[in-house]
Amino acid sequence: MHRFANPARFMRLSGKVLPWAGAVTVLLLGFGLYLALFVAPPDYQQGETVRIMFIHVPAAWMAMLTYAIMALASAVALIWKHPLADLAAKSCAPIGAGFTLIALVTGSLWGEPMWGTWWVWDARLTSVLILLFLYLGYIALWRAIDDPQKAARAAAILALVGAVNLPIIKFSVNWWNTLHQPASVIKIGGPSIDSSMLWPLIIMALGFHAYLVTLMLWRLRAEVMTRKIRVLQLAQAQESRSQEGGAQESGMEAAS
Amino acid sequence: MRDFFAMGGYAEYVWPAFAITAIVMIWLAASSRRMVSTAQRRLDALQAARPHRRKKEPRP
Repeated sequence: MHRFANPARFMRLSGKVLPWAGAVTVLLLGFGLYLALFVAPPDYQQGETVRIMFIHVPAAWMAMLTYAIMALASAVALIWKHPLADLAAKSCAPIGAGFTLIALVTGSLWGEPMWGTWWVWDARLTSVLILLFLYLGYIALWRAIDDPQKAARAAAILALVGAVNLPIIKFSVNWWNTLHQPASVIKIGGPSIDSSMLWPLIIMALGFHAYLVTLMLWRLRAEVMTRKIRVLQLAQAQESRSQEGGAQESGMEAAS
Repeated sequence: MRDFFAMGGYAEYVWPAFAITAIVMIWLAASSRRMVSTAQRRLDALQAARPHRRKKEPRP
């Protein structure tokens, strides 16, 4: 684990992985979109609106997965002071917020024709809305605190406390009587949706995963470079200050 | 083709869902990419300004 903790090694490795991750993302999402829009059949009950599922369900999965990664990285940052972990958690937040927003908006656009309402305050929808607020609060906390170390610590604690929401989202459809349907893919006894819809869904979900990897690597690289920039600027400021001090001293010597 | 765009009468729900997803994902990808190039440019400039410290280091 600590072999990858070295920022220089991370930069080298991620630089090699990124072009592939980007290419895989574009290919999978392109193929997945084709399957979702042209190949998958309309549902016998829901008609063509079922196509929204191919973006809504992967986005909702990714919203939770990204939060889980963020919470895990935060725990690693707090416990082991891993030099990349807090930056990795920070890199997750905007991506996860994007996925959550997509899940909420597409869910609303699917709910109106199928349930007859854009929004209900049921357990699933409400807990996902809270997930969005957790992401936004996490981002705001990083921005509000100037000292990066203090910001990382506060944000990590928020991420960990908010992780309680993840099992609530997952099991909300079982624990409470919600309008949202229960799980039909990841459940005991295997998926209950037809393979003509399962395959486009799997391809789209893989594409979303590749997208997350690509964006996380980009953002983490940017964060590592930004931290290095800060160190260099500090060193430069100290250098010029000591040079100024030296110049003043020699000036005084000359005057006396 | 017209059938395809009509989405069985649900065009007003299906297409906005795909459009908003595309906008959010493309915007996030573009802004992440921009973060990388901005940081790279600033880092290169800083390192070029102090060549006495480090001799020809491979770009991170």
